[in-house]
Amino acid sequence: MSKGKYLSYLTGGIIKENPVLCLLLGTCPTLAVTTSLMNGVGMGVAATVVLICSNMVISLLRHVIPNKVRIPAFITIIAGFVTIVQMFVKAFAPSVNNSLGIFLPLIVVNCIILARAEMFACKNPVLPSILDGLGMGIGFTATLAAMGLIREIFGTGMITLSETVRIPLTSGLGIEPMLIFILPPGGFFVFGLLIALSNKLARRKGKKPIEELGCENCPSKSVCELLEQDKQKIDKEQEGLADE
Amino acid sequence: MTHQLVVGSSPHIHTPDTTRGIMADVLIALAPAAVFGIIWYGWRSAVLIAVCVAACVLFEVISCRVLNHDVTVGDLSAAVTGLLLALNLPSGLPVWMAVIGCFVAIVVVKQMFGGLGHNFVNPAIAARIVLFISFPLQMTTFHRPFSGVSVTQATPLAADAGEFTLKQLLLGDYAGCIGETSVVLLGIGALYLMIRGVIKPVIPVSFIGTVALLTWLTGGQPLVAVCSGGLMLGACFMATDYVTSPVTNWGKLIFGIGCGIVTVVIRSGAAAEGVSFSILFMNLLVPHIDNWTRRKPFGWEAQKHE
Repeated sequence: MSKGKYLSYLTGGIIKENPVLCLLLGTCPTLAVTTSLMNGVGMGVAATVVLICSNMVISLLRHVIPNKVRIPAFITIIAGFVTIVQMFVKAFAPSVNNSLGIFLPLIVVNCIILARAEMFACKNPVLPSILDGLGMGIGFTATLAAMGLIREIFGTGMITLSETVRIPLTSGLGIEPMLIFILPPGGFFVFGLLIALSNKLARRKGKKPIEELGCENCPSKSVCELLEQDKQKIDKEQEGLADE
Repeated sequence: MTHQLVVGSSPHIHTPDTTRGIMADVLIALAPAAVFGIIWYGWRSAVLIAVCVAACVLFEVISCRVLNHDVTVGDLSAAVTGLLLALNLPSGLPVWMAVIGCFVAIVVVKQMFGGLGHNFVNPAIAARIVLFISFPLQMTTFHRPFSGVSVTQATPLAADAGEFTLKQLLLGDYAGCIGETSVVLLGIGALYLMIRGVIKPVIPVSFIGTVALLTWLTGGQPLVAVCSGGLMLGACFMATDYVTSPVTNWGKLIFGIGCGIVTVVIRSGAAAEGVSFSILFMNLLVPHIDNWTRRKPFGWEAQKHE
């Protein structure tokens, strides 16, 4: 495999297949925790660590895990790493743990992680899987940071880097922040505008729109295939019965 | 942008109505309430009205150019949105907040969804609610008439309703948004629209009737409920928006009654003003209402189940 191929594993998740803006995965944490820049970054980094580790382990175990129980196996692996990450965050960044709350343990059911395990890690060698996890994680983190930054600036008029470091942007201008940006409707507005923007940019560069990606990159591809196999089996059995 | 011509089933009748003519009628109907609002609440409201109309028209031109649509300023719909939004604002609101409202109404709600006829909710209502949620303090600071922007006063919905006489309520001699208080003038405007055939009376009558009936049943004062807040303005001019109200008369009736119920529920709960939220909520249900109340073509037979 050439170097360019490895690079494409890494950059695919950041731009072309950005998990949030293009594949529309992980929408729940995207909308819920991006009320500030640091929240978004914290969530993104935590999910990235879990994503890289789970992709690596699932890729290593891809010949061992039986196909029929692969989803429970993936979830168990992911849950293990989420627990580790959560303990680390609790120990070393308790403020992040407080502000992310329930959404930190909920990384277990973050569909980006499960989708990458299903779509990529269980079919590819270890190094590409790690790079894919890293790329997807960077894409996720960058999107969350952008949303958090926009919502924090418009919603509070300042950027909070830590509990003591705050950069006020609107003080003294006689401008009040728009509260709606840090409330749920503002999250949806910013999310929609960012998707529109990324679509516009992708089209300008001549990138393929998402609907032209086909079955190859669909998260439910393997499910579809299994259903198709089942259907064919049933059809064959019925034909056999009819012949008898 | 390609304009698709949608042809309904025959027979077809030619009508002289144009979007521009209808919107001009709405502007005429709103004029008395706007003028009275300026008299009641001072020059500041004139500034707000002028800024809102100008900003909406400007945003319409800019967004049409950017999105490669035909520039649709000539149909006056942006001016109507601007005027409606201004009439829904308290006179003391900072001008830049009003401009943000115009941006939300025209760019986000209207043009991003495809322009006039494609907006999923009424632009003026959505803008008012965005402002209300973003700047709750400024949006609920109302001033007493003839005081400029110095003396604040509670609205009849927030205060004890007994403080206000019937004459005050009918004339709009109390604190409120610029154009929502003079109930009589709003009624005259709505009557003008009904006589001109621009709006049908179904939605205003069912909306206001439901609010009055439910308020009476729950032990309130129906007259105060009808005359106060944005009910007249909302029911006559905003709930009747063609794009975001149902097509058939039955649909309009369901829509009006639904608006009334939601308004009374919100008013009796935490928030003092429920009209704009109720219209927004029912706007979102309009596609479903239209589906339920689809008109049957002549000669229609129910599908037989085999």
